[in-house]
Amino acid sequence: MAVGRVGLFWRSTIGKKIVMAATGWIMVAFVIVHMLGNLQIFSGAAKINAYSAFLHNSIGELLWAARIILLISVLLHIVAAIQLARIDMAARPVGYARKQRQAATVASSTMRWGGLALALFIAFHLMHMTTGTIHPETFTPGDVYGNLVGSFQIWWVTLIYVLAMIALGLHLFHGVWSSARTLGVNRPASNPFRRPVATVISVIVWAGFTLVPLAIFFGWVR
Amino acid sequence: MELNSRIPAGPIEQKWDRHRFEMKLVNPANKRKYTVIVVGSGLAGASASATLADLGYHVKCFCFQDSPRRAHSIAAQGGINAAKNYQNDGDSVYRLFYDTVKGGDFRSREANVYRLAQVSVNIIDQCVAQGVPFAREYGGLLANRSFGGAQVSRTFYARGQTGQQLLLGAYQALERQIALGSVEMYPRTEMLDVVVIDGKARGIVTRDLVTGKVESHAGDAVVLGTGGYGNAFYLSTNAKGSNVTASWRAYKRGAAFANPCYTQIHPTCIPRSGEYQSKLTLMSESLRNDGRVWVPKRKGDTRAPDQIPESERDYYLERKYPSFGNLSPRDIASRAAKEVCDEGRGVGPNGLGVYLDFADAIKRLGEDVIRDRYGNLFEMYERITAENPYKVPMRIYPAIHYTMGGLWVDYNLMSTLPGLHVIGEANFSDHGANRLGASALMQGLADGYFVIPYTIGDYLASAKLEKVDTSHPAFKDAERCVVERTKKLLSINGRRTVDSFHRELGQILWDLCGMSRNAAGLKLALAKIPALRAEFWENVNVPGSDANLNQALERGGRVADFFELGELLALDALQREESCGAHFREEHQTPDGEALRDDEHFAYVAAWEYTGDGKAPALHKEPLDFEYVHLAQRSYK
Amino acid sequence: MTHTVAEPATARDEAPHAASRRGMNLTLHVWRQAGPREKGRFEQYQATNVSPDMSFLEMLDVVNEELMSRGQEPIAFDSDCREGICGMCSLMINGIPHGPSHGTATCQLHMRTFRDGDSITIEPWRARAFPVIRDLVVDRSAFDRIIQAGGYITATPGGPRDANEILVSKTTADMAMDAAACIGCGACVAACPNGSASLFTGAKITHLGLLPQGQPERNRRVLAMVAQMDEEGFGACTFHGECQEVCPKEISIDVIARMNRDFLTANLGSGGKHDES
Ligand SMILES: Cc1cc2nc3c(=O)[nH]c(=O)nc-3n(C[C@H](O)[C@H](O)[C@H](O)COP(=O)(O)OP(=O)(O)OC[C@H]3O[C@@H](n4cnc5c(N)ncnc54)[C@H](O)[C@@H]3O)c2cc1C
Ligand code: HEM
Ligand code: HEM
Ligand code: SF4
Ligand code: F3S
Ligand code: FES
Repeated sequence: MAVGRVGLFWRSTIGKKIVMAATGWIMVAFVIVHMLGNLQIFSGAAKINAYSAFLHNSIGELLWAARIILLISVLLHIVAAIQLARIDMAARPVGYARKQRQAATVASSTMRWGGLALALFIAFHLMHMTTGTIHPETFTPGDVYGNLVGSFQIWWVTLIYVLAMIALGLHLFHGVWSSARTLGVNRPASNPFRRPVATVISVIVWAGFTLVPLAIFFGWVR
Repeated sequence: MELNSRIPAGPIEQKWDRHRFEMKLVNPANKRKYTVIVVGSGLAGASASATLADLGYHVKCFCFQDSPRRAHSIAAQGGINAAKNYQNDGDSVYRLFYDTVKGGDFRSREANVYRLAQVSVNIIDQCVAQGVPFAREYGGLLANRSFGGAQVSRTFYARGQTGQQLLLGAYQALERQIALGSVEMYPRTEMLDVVVIDGKARGIVTRDLVTGKVESHAGDAVVLGTGGYGNAFYLSTNAKGSNVTASWRAYKRGAAFANPCYTQIHPTCIPRSGEYQSKLTLMSESLRNDGRVWVPKRKGDTRAPDQIPESERDYYLERKYPSFGNLSPRDIASRAAKEVCDEGRGVGPNGLGVYLDFADAIKRLGEDVIRDRYGNLFEMYERITAENPYKVPMRIYPAIHYTMGGLWVDYNLMSTLPGLHVIGEANFSDHGANRLGASALMQGLADGYFVIPYTIGDYLASAKLEKVDTSHPAFKDAERCVVERTKKLLSINGRRTVDSFHRELGQILWDLCGMSRNAAGLKLALAKIPALRAEFWENVNVPGSDANLNQALERGGRVADFFELGELLALDALQREESCGAHFREEHQTPDGEALRDDEHFAYVAAWEYTGDGKAPALHKEPLDFEYVHLAQRSYK
Repeated sequence: MTHTVAEPATARDEAPHAASRRGMNLTLHVWRQAGPREKGRFEQYQATNVSPDMSFLEMLDVVNEELMSRGQEPIAFDSDCREGICGMCSLMINGIPHGPSHGTATCQLHMRTFRDGDSITIEPWRARAFPVIRDLVVDRSAFDRIIQAGGYITATPGGPRDANEILVSKTTADMAMDAAACIGCGACVAACPNGSASLFTGAKITHLGLLPQGQPERNRRVLAMVAQMDEEGFGACTFHGECQEVCPKEISIDVIARMNRDFLTANLGSGGKHDES
């Protein structure tokens, strides 16, 4: 019976991991598209605002669909992350007096904190760029260009974004590589998802996003 | 005590089939009602437990390691023989039978050996079906190699880890039965006595090595697959835990001990490096296919090997045995190495070693070919000795490796104690005075998968077994003996450690009952061992308690039994006034120093009966007659 | 407290090629714990004049000999074959399972990998699923239960067809052998920051799953073994890759990817029926 099957899938650590990987990839896809969208700022206010308008008005339903899928993904991703983290920590109640890392990377060992940072960022970010709760006085719905340029004059806003993108970059550097294995994509023989792929994706995403706030802050875009 | 080998009548090819037909069967519905106790989870014990459980018997299986998967069979490297004739090089059941009888120097039972050769083919089928990853040809067929100087390619192997892969196959089958509830597994549990009720083995007494709890287990039959006793010599290629305790306690309860003096010495082991040495590591025999064995011609020549010119080297195996050379059989190669070292021509620290030199092979075939063939062995050697065998010749020395002797069993693998069956290295059955390479794995699995499952049924169906449980006084007595013995060991509080005694015993056995033996030396051993044993019981120090994990106590008990076995070993070697296989008596050799058998007086199995502490054991003889393989002097010249 | 351990004199010094070597002095910090429920602590011992040719366990033997000759209880540690194949030995040495040498079990580690004056911390494997029994000895029966759940191919003696009727390409056989080489030591669990048994479990699933004989039970096997692995309280794999580095048989984390793929297909495929077992 299907239900029990899904239940058992979710109950198993590998099941949860597969969910993390899948939702992770949905988010990866999103951030890549999102990043490309943001880069349109370099082709001027009209262009990017039009793009936004297009998203919100012309294909509004699609946008909502996307929002819902994203929301579900983030939630599943977070719930799985928390549950797995608790299982993993419970697996070693007594630690070592001395432990030498052999292979674990900064990225692999900061997935949880990085994830938490991303969670906080996303919350902040939505209040900032979508609802405008952070500084309503300067926020004008629809004027993406204005909102961006406005907010990234402020050093601490820029700083938050820059740091968040570092977290994202690291998260993806390990995540993209490891998710290939979680999904069992890589075959010993043909090994499509090796480090390079993860490195390229994470660097592109990190750079593509970080460019915008910095460009504005340093006044290349105004 | 009479020794009835129960060899079925009829021509040798038909004995086993006929016997299988004649044996009584247990009604499937009743099998559940029978409990079979299997001590040991090696190739023999694990395969027997899994198969008996599969047939429907209730099985209790015991081992002293933390998991059945760690039994010493795991260490076997070279391979397993089977008369498959896949290479079409003229192999056959009969040839394997013939080679094994001859290799055993005509001191084994023809009927058993023939059966072994017959079932060898089923073993490979069974193991492949279980998923044992044997080496393959590119075409997908099974690969073979020739091993231990055999003339045909009949050895199946899985890299250098054949024993591991075969054991894991049996272990996995065993774990499956455990999950199904048909086997109760007791790891970290040591058997310390056999319980005999009106003449039949009806159970065992064990000690839980973690909690120290002494416990009884009742059953309808007991099977020992507890391995060999090579560790009596302290330094051997066996695992640290390998011991004779189970067999020895059975001996003291009425099971005859056969041919204890047949102890095999393997020529290619890494020499010891110091006093602290805890075990010796085997280098696969296959190395002798390309390595040349030599020592300096001059005594005490301490020059580095590359400083010694060809003219001053003695390739003594090639010199003495032109036709077999470096591939001459284990016993011969070992003895030759000892001789040159005794002459003071040994190499390496403490002069106990000979060179196994690959320089010529590397010149001839290139380093890559050699790396391809022996890479992992060379690595192992370098890891242990920090010497690079591609540059410097290996140093090797013989070491105790396998024991052909063991508890006497009849054709049904039952000992002289009714109900007590013995399988694998623990019994004496199939290898005579010398075991050929790759035949012990074969025997362990033959016994466990294909022989004992039938013969146990016959015993259970024919023996009148009334219900007994552990409340029976015999169990209580046995438990008391075990507890008293343990308490005694802990209470001595002497000044010497268990290992220091074990080392000294090992040295005595190695020097006086090792590769070559003589009456004077054996008599000396028979004087030294009891004296040392007496000191042990006065002066050993076993700290700690018997209520938890106490490794010193475990060793203490085992070494105590090694003392008693060691004495019997020397006694057996002394009475066997001939040289055969691994047993070389200096008084009995041909003018050119070869082993001299005396078939007229010694073509028998020496089975020793325990007659009480301090009393001389009684010798019983099972005559061996050879209808098919004709008695001939082994010659490798 | 501190003990001094004198190594018995050896014939070593006669050795021409060993003349240069001399004994080392080491400080050991060893975890001592009387029983499963007792609380443990580190004890300090001095190992003096240690020969570089000794194996690590032989060095501990000598320390124990000395302790015992003074009527003290020896350090309990597991070992049996002492040639790197039984998987019994299991020591955390200076924060690395099986110590610093790559692809080497504790029993094959030799003292020449240490330097005079080193101090060495020795701990047991640490994992909820591997409770300490005493000192450095832990209970690894969880591994046996994972195998019980499905780490086998059902085959009854007498039944099988001739071995050569099943063809297995050399490459497949070699890959299966690579995975089958696992000695069940538990170093992967000990090393994994998540205490995950994925390398061990993945190795067995890979070995059996690669072979034609292993196909009929393939889905069942992975589902049951993974369920048992979780049941035992091991963590999940986040691909830190520590296990692969310390594995004495150098088993690759590719086996974990394979386990994950088999798990996924088993769930999608008809074999996903969990109640079947
Ligand atoms: C290094 C080495 C390499 C070898 N290579 C080969 C080879 O290439 N080919 C070949 O054919 N043979 C080889 N042999 C020989 C072969 O491995 C053994 O003879 C064979 O494996 C013995 O199997 P077994 O089941 O009889 O005993 P073992 O595998 O030794 O098992 C003994 C079992 O009994 C248990 N046990 C013992 N005493 C007690 C007790 N008192 N209480 C409870 N349990 C107990 C142990 O826990 C263990 O489970 C080799 C041997 C060695 C040492
Ligand atoms: C420098 C980095 C980033 C900048 C400049 C940026 C900018 C923006 C802007 C301007 C919007 C509003 C678009 C609109 O309303 O039309 C937006 C929306 C959003 N951003 Fe970002 N973003 C960044 C990084 C991220 C990251 C890393 C994530 C996710 C991990 C993210 C997730 C979102 C989401 C979910 C929305 C809401 C989309 C919707 O309206 O549903 N952003 N972002
Ligand atoms: C919203 C907050 C987030 C949290 C709390 C979080 C947390 C985590 C954690 C803890 C892991 C490791 C899981 C494991 O291997 O056990 C992980 C993996 C991953 N995350 Fe996130 N993450 C978040 C957001 C994101 C985002 C925005 C993306 C993509 C843009 C992402 C992509 C991934 C990927 C691809 C993996 C790899 C999964 C695998 O190893 O199989 N995560 N995340
Ligand atoms: S996978 Fe490697 S580390 Fe893990 S148990 Fe097997 S051999 Fe040991
Ligand atoms: S270290 Fe642990 S996280 Fe995975 S890759 Fe190895 S199991
Ligand atoms: S003791 Fe057997 S592997 Fe180390």
